[in-house]
Amino acid sequence: MALIIAAALVMGLVGLAVLLWAIGSGQYDDPEGAAARILLRDDD
Amino acid sequence: MTFDALVKGAHCAGCLAKIERGVGALPGVASARLNLSTGKLAVVGGTGLKPDGVLQRLHDLGYEGVPFEAGASLDEDAREGRFLLHCLVVAAFGTVFTMGLTDAIWYGGDMDVGLRRLFFWLAATVSVPATLYSGQPFFLSAWKVLKQRRTNMDVPISLALVLSLGLSVWQTAEGGGHVYFDAAVMLSFLLLAGRYLDFLLRNKARGAARHLLAMQSVLVRRQAGGELETVAAADVNPGDRILLTSGERSPVDGVLEDRGTELDLSLVTGESVPVVRAAGAAVNAGSIVTGAPALLRVTARVENSLVADLARLLEAGRQGKSLYVTLADRAARAYVPFVAATALAVLAGWLWTGSGFAHALTNAVTVLIVTCPCALGLAVPAVQVAATGRLFRDGIFVKSGDALERLAEIDHAVFDKTGTLTLGKPVLENCDAIAPAILEQAAGLARASSHPLALALAAAAGEGPVTPGVIETAGSGLEAPSPTGIQRLGNAAWCNVAHDENGASLWFRDGSAAPVHFIFRDQIRPEIRQMVADLHRRGIVVEMLTGDRSIPAGEIAGQAGIPLWCATVGPKEKADRLRALAARGQRVLMVGDGINDAAALALAHVSIAPGTATDISQRTADMVLRGSTLSPLVEALDVARKARRLVVQNFILAGLYNAAAIPLAALGLVTPLVAAAAMASSSLLVTLNALRLVPWRAP
Repeated sequence: MALIIAAALVMGLVGLAVLLWAIGSGQYDDPEGAAARILLRDDD
Repeated sequence: MTFDALVKGAHCAGCLAKIERGVGALPGVASARLNLSTGKLAVVGGTGLKPDGVLQRLHDLGYEGVPFEAGASLDEDAREGRFLLHCLVVAAFGTVFTMGLTDAIWYGGDMDVGLRRLFFWLAATVSVPATLYSGQPFFLSAWKVLKQRRTNMDVPISLALVLSLGLSVWQTAEGGGHVYFDAAVMLSFLLLAGRYLDFLLRNKARGAARHLLAMQSVLVRRQAGGELETVAAADVNPGDRILLTSGERSPVDGVLEDRGTELDLSLVTGESVPVVRAAGAAVNAGSIVTGAPALLRVTARVENSLVADLARLLEAGRQGKSLYVTLADRAARAYVPFVAATALAVLAGWLWTGSGFAHALTNAVTVLIVTCPCALGLAVPAVQVAATGRLFRDGIFVKSGDALERLAEIDHAVFDKTGTLTLGKPVLENCDAIAPAILEQAAGLARASSHPLALALAAAAGEGPVTPGVIETAGSGLEAPSPTGIQRLGNAAWCNVAHDENGASLWFRDGSAAPVHFIFRDQIRPEIRQMVADLHRRGIVVEMLTGDRSIPAGEIAGQAGIPLWCATVGPKEKADRLRALAARGQRVLMVGDGINDAAALALAHVSIAPGTATDISQRTADMVLRGSTLSPLVEALDVARKARRLVVQNFILAGLYNAAAIPLAALGLVTPLVAAAAMASSSLLVTLNALRLVPWRAP
């Protein structure tokens, strides 16, 4: 059981670290732009 | 090098692609990226990158772009936002993890005491660092006010967070069951959610202010040597000579050189008819040239170009507004001493009944935790975000959260006339009295000119050919050869008519035939009558103040259905009138667009500027309408009143929750599970209540 709790804690911390990195790298600075960009094609 | 510009009018993926590709294709540009949320275009390129070229390309693509200087304040805002988001994310993680550990225990079952203790210690290792990290905004703010020997909402919050963690660690060490690890970190999470919403709102408001400030950085043509150079208006110094062509608005005060011209002063004085000014006459910032191109010797820089009186009045108005105490502040002032006193009373009460210090302290801390204002902290920002978001979609830009609160309180509305109640553009009035053939001949001349009256005449006649050989004499009129001699269109003197000019009019004369009189009127906006009636129905006294003469003013007031009006009112008298109303205890909404309204806008309880208003009015007003119609104003009032009702409801909900929770906590009947559940449900309740402002839309 200790293993399961430790695994949950580690997985949670990994998720937290990824989210903090995403915020820090500016991925949440332009939510509207991200929503619009997915509609664009690069090749036309 | 890099160049940043603010782009107005980009809303969709199509705009985004058009702008990025259009600007990216310019020589010297390596990359162009548009932030659709903030409207900021970041251009990176080599030495060949030309800011003028980027702005010109934006203009060609159909968007308005202005250079944007990223000041230090912008970086600071971004840092604050990211810090709050970091705290929020850490608190969310801590909440979920701690609840997973402790809630298993609250649901009962026969757990071994040793195992339960292990679970508590695990919860402590996650929730203590998570709470201490995410609670930083509260700790810092509480420390700041305590140093100044004052108090605010963050003091009991910090106290509750720290004490509940300390109590829980102590209980765990002792083997007790009163642990609040989950409650502490959840409290931090819910409060941060409210704080972050509040930040987003303020950030949006500041962004709007920055946008308006940037819009002021118009370009002017300055004479340097024998040539003209294009510079930003802010860089123009006294003594410079700038050229203003027909239709251009002067950004600075100056004196006409060389020759006179005709000026539209409606933004400065509210007068609807253009006036002729001779060489040497002073021209105020905001005057629009309607006659011949004018050379202006600048007498004051942009920031000094308002009449000194006006600037002083503006400042006085702003100071008055900063004294306004929001509902949330009033609630906080009553709340802090109340909670502190209750907790102390509970502590003293239990000690007095002879129970141990540990038991008394546990109950006192429980009171602090259950009364902690997470519902209160969400009550106002949630409603304001919902309300401003809804108004934004309807074309109303709210520049501060408390502007909505102030709008909800108004009982008197004062409107400017020219440009606010009216379109600010002349329209041919006696169209029916003029023979169609004559109208067509006059329009043939008028179509060659960009003078406002000529444009109005051409608009009345519809599309058609331009008479060949038209020559324009600025400040007088137009002429062209015709089979019967010379056709002339212009003012009375130009057509050799002896007539006292009273209002905006043009004369047309074909050779020696009798002259024809064209009369123009400023037209009332079509939606005004309905809007005034709607305001009356909502119990608001409507009044009109105008700088225009009393004949046109009375006509417009009659058409609008406004019984209370006053003409030939200068900027200072407008401000005086607003002060007098405020002294009578009335809460006044001011709606105006001109420079002459700016002081009144600043003085009013709350103010709104239409989208066509001058920069200074848009910057001073609390709200700006995006379109040119005034009808969203009634909706803004309704939303503001509803928002106020919801805020009060939320306060009552939060208060009821506290009224029920405090006696239970004081008697020691609240378990950690009850505390956590009550906290979450009350926050959810106020948020859902706020969402009632958002109209339901089909997907």
